[in-house]
Amino acid sequence: MPEGLAATHEHASHPALRHHFENMEQQREAGTLGMWVFLVTEIMFFGGMFLAYTLFRYEYPAAFVSASNHLDIKLGALNTGVLIVSSFTMAMAVYSTQIGRQKATIICLILTMILGATFLGVKAIEYHDKYNDQLIPGQLIPWRPFNPEVAKPGDTDPHKLHLIEGATTQNVQLFYWIYFAMTGMHALHMIIGLGIMTVILIMAWRGKFSPEYHAPVEISGLYWHFVDIIWIFLFPLLYLLGRHLEHGG
Amino acid sequence: MEEFVIPKQPGSNYLNAEYGLKSWLLTKDHKRIALLYLGAITFFFFIGSLYAMMIRLELLTPQGDLMQSSTYNKTFTQHGIVMVFFFLIPAIPATLGNFLIPMMIGAKDLAFPRINLLSWYIYMAGGIITIYALLAGGVDTGWTFYVPYSTTFSNSYVIATGVGIFINGFSSILTGLNFIVTIHTMRAPGMTWFRMPLFVWSHYATSLIMILGTPVVAITILLVALERLAHIGIFDPAAGGDPVLFQHLFWFYSHPAVYIMVLPAMGVVSELIANFSRKNIFGYKFVAFSSLAIAVLGFLVWGHHLFVASQSVYAGMIFSFLSFTVAIPSAVKVFNWTATLHKASISYDTPMLYGLGFIGLFTIGGLTGMFLATLAVDVHVSDTYFVVAHFHYIMVGGTLLAYLGGLHYWWPKISGRMYPEGWGRFSALVVFVGFNLTFAPQFLLGYMGMPRRYHTYPVELVSWQVLHVLSTAGASILGVGLMIPLIYLVWSMRYGRIAEANPWHLPGLEWQTPSPPPTENFLTTPIVTHEAYEFAPPEHKEVVGKFERQQPAES
Amino acid sequence: MQSWLPIPESASTLSGEVDALYYYIWGVTVFFTLLISAVVIFFVIRYRRRNPFEIPRPIEGSTKLETLWSVIPLLIVITFFAWGAKLYFAQYRPAQNAIEVYVVGKQWMWKFQHATGQREINELHVPVNRKVKLIMTTEDVIHDVFVPAFRIKADVVPGKYTTEWFEATKPGTYNFFCAEYCGMNHSGMRGYVVVMEPTEYENWLSGNAGQTSPAAAGRNLYESLGCVSCHGANAEGGRGPALLGVYGSKVVLNNNASVTADEGYLRESVLNPQAKLVTGFGPIMPSFQGQISEEQLLQVVAYIKSLSTSKPEQATAKPAPSATPSAGAKPSPTAKTSSSPK
Repeated sequence: MPEGLAATHEHASHPALRHHFENMEQQREAGTLGMWVFLVTEIMFFGGMFLAYTLFRYEYPAAFVSASNHLDIKLGALNTGVLIVSSFTMAMAVYSTQIGRQKATIICLILTMILGATFLGVKAIEYHDKYNDQLIPGQLIPWRPFNPEVAKPGDTDPHKLHLIEGATTQNVQLFYWIYFAMTGMHALHMIIGLGIMTVILIMAWRGKFSPEYHAPVEISGLYWHFVDIIWIFLFPLLYLLGRHLEHGG
Repeated sequence: MEEFVIPKQPGSNYLNAEYGLKSWLLTKDHKRIALLYLGAITFFFFIGSLYAMMIRLELLTPQGDLMQSSTYNKTFTQHGIVMVFFFLIPAIPATLGNFLIPMMIGAKDLAFPRINLLSWYIYMAGGIITIYALLAGGVDTGWTFYVPYSTTFSNSYVIATGVGIFINGFSSILTGLNFIVTIHTMRAPGMTWFRMPLFVWSHYATSLIMILGTPVVAITILLVALERLAHIGIFDPAAGGDPVLFQHLFWFYSHPAVYIMVLPAMGVVSELIANFSRKNIFGYKFVAFSSLAIAVLGFLVWGHHLFVASQSVYAGMIFSFLSFTVAIPSAVKVFNWTATLHKASISYDTPMLYGLGFIGLFTIGGLTGMFLATLAVDVHVSDTYFVVAHFHYIMVGGTLLAYLGGLHYWWPKISGRMYPEGWGRFSALVVFVGFNLTFAPQFLLGYMGMPRRYHTYPVELVSWQVLHVLSTAGASILGVGLMIPLIYLVWSMRYGRIAEANPWHLPGLEWQTPSPPPTENFLTTPIVTHEAYEFAPPEHKEVVGKFERQQPAES
Repeated sequence: MQSWLPIPESASTLSGEVDALYYYIWGVTVFFTLLISAVVIFFVIRYRRRNPFEIPRPIEGSTKLETLWSVIPLLIVITFFAWGAKLYFAQYRPAQNAIEVYVVGKQWMWKFQHATGQREINELHVPVNRKVKLIMTTEDVIHDVFVPAFRIKADVVPGKYTTEWFEATKPGTYNFFCAEYCGMNHSGMRGYVVVMEPTEYENWLSGNAGQTSPAAAGRNLYESLGCVSCHGANAEGGRGPALLGVYGSKVVLNNNASVTADEGYLRESVLNPQAKLVTGFGPIMPSFQGQISEEQLLQVVAYIKSLSTSKPEQATAKPAPSATPSAGAKPSPTAKTSSSPK
């Protein structure tokens, strides 16, 4: 029997409807699913690095504790708070578009971006500290290779590396490689996230969103929350090792 | 059988809708993007074949008299890299998959047409960077890049090649993402999951592997580059690292990658067998689910590449067992294809010849995989020509044959022309003969002890040279067999017989539009009311033999 | 001498069984290939299209058949798995009472050192009907020792020791190959295993005697590198743990875990002493990374192993000629990567 032919669509299509989709609902569903699938690939990508972290932490626990304690926990905690709040402001931005409040959307997006930029600024400070203490691994910075000063017992200088029993500077370098790879990748994703937010902000400013059409904001929100969640895992794994133990440094 | 009603078109199709380079390079039409891929992939296949020819010529004699060792090492490395990453992985999904998936499910395009175009540009960028690396001096690490050779000892363009492959990986990821979202959200009304052609099912399974596995190889390549550039130490035992960790990370992707290469081919074969037997595939649901099973199980077997690599004996046993389980769904497919032929109406057109050839050669390739999954035998044949023969049976005897079969089958839809059938059958035969002569001797060579990646071999082992000569002879025949379709397919684009919309008289959705199709595929969205491969009305269905007789199906 | 079958000579205790398993799998492979090909060819001819308009009856499937042809192949492959696993276990289980040979691979040659002192390059002489265990490592990239006639193969990996063993059953000269791609001269990195009758082997041994055994060379290094200062002149211990009898024993570490002191543990303790600290001892041992070659490490390991037998190796009168450029290591109590002593 012949294939049935659907009646031609009569509705005036939404200006944002792409021609290959049947309707806005299908477009929204496709966009959202697309972002979820993309986030799965990101999990696999970061997963490789989490695997390396797990393996080397198991191999060299003392070195990892020593290196972790050298990170600035205050800045790390500050950044964690900043990102959590930014996820809240992002969720508020999505909610605002859902109920059609353009001004609230814009404010929430701007707040999210400010918080994101704050995160990156704090990260820059941390990286600079590592640069000063010569903790950037290998020869990533050819003129300042990995060569931290190791503190002698009794020396409490926070810029020196305090090694607990069983730790070697070589294994500490492995920690810092993982630290820079993971936080670096994460920061790159934050920067991309800020770029996405800029585009969404411009679209919001131009009044493109409404209760009927706000999928891009939702989808960007998914991405932003994902980047936040990666950090929620990174923070304890990198910053909080062995903090509850008494140590000499 | 009733004729299907095809709306008349005033001669406008996706090929002539717009002219000019920009209309091709900035197209969002999945069919044009498929052709962009077709051209690029053909080019890379040609490059990879040149390297193959050089390898076979060198191995005619036991001495290294055609080229120096360092050149030979680059030749086999580059043969592998070009063929795996720039031909086998994208060939069927990016050309046939891109072209057909929207049409087979009744959609106007893929979910994200611009991302589709982007993924072609990413493929080209990766390809150009890799070509640059090859021309600048080449890479000699083997396509597997084992450390510490690739990170510390090789003086070749490892990082440049790595960058090319890294970038190319994103093309794969985006294609997979596009397919998954399209299949989930853009099926036409009435096109349920179990009414989809098996070609779509196998591409769905392939896409799952693409999105889950490719990021891991991306990070692995990144690590190799960092180790090479900045001496981080992750793979360097002197710095506390582990060279075998690389092998685990690499094969975690690269084993599933081989299923990326073969699952789409199996999808094509399902189409060929069903349509050229005028019968639905026996055990449709089992074939559909076996694609998913292969995708899942394929992620659990990577350690079978490390049986002699100092992996623990107990891990080896687990991976060996799992490797056997992944063979079962493939066997199920072969049995189902064979059963489809029972009481069918079989035509001997070129696509069917390729499909039948696939069944035979993939069976051999898959069964020889059993030798490799068997621990004690793998100890002997690992890293020998036995492995080389095994994977070429799957990739050439399997994937390449299916690709050629699919190209011929859908050629009228893609180009609006028919290829010359006589030449088609002839070259299919030449390819089949040449292929077997090339690779069957290599099983024997492998068990006799010839290691792979060897530039020279012992002069006193005359039997080895005999087998190599046979293999090279076969490769020459295979080369000729592959040149012929290249010539007549190109010829047919201008001089071939003009094809009607449905030259093979088939019920698939893709055949219910003109050949070539209009840009939007269907003038109006189809509403699907029948099952896949439904050549006859539903009340004629039966369950085979004396087991059950089904009531006439409800529509 | 090759038999007419396309297989290498079968010259070890396990090679016959590997071949038997191989033939078994071939049998199943050929059976199923012929079966499927025959069925396909039969169907393709019998059911060829005779009428251009014919449509065959569609057949949906059969769960029973699907189960049958899933379960039966599964059962068959389980037999492959079981036999293969059993044989693999035998291939890789450490051999007891074997002649030990230390192997160091490097681009692009093989160095063999017998426990009795004989050194060989690219050739390995062994007696027939005796177990031989190769304890192997590499100085640079991953290589592999593959002896087709014995059906054995194992990678050599930098940073660790790998082992393989065989018991040759027929005198003769057999090829061995490097079977892991290692760079320019990978295909040239090969040699011969020469299996000899017992008396011939004895002659060969005495004809090549006079070289210091690895254990004796290791004793010399034990002195020249300063190990005596902490581990004692007779390996009785002191500031460092005793080494008498340590090889093969269970060592308790300072985190209460325990490890078996095998060759790998001994090697690691020299290169990275802080990795596994013995309970009750401080982290004062310096690392010898960069000051000792792989060959010398094997010699030190051989010496420590000899301390677990009834006749521990004593220092020899003449020091061993070191074959590697990084010889002449001078004692250095603190290496550059050690942590500061407490």
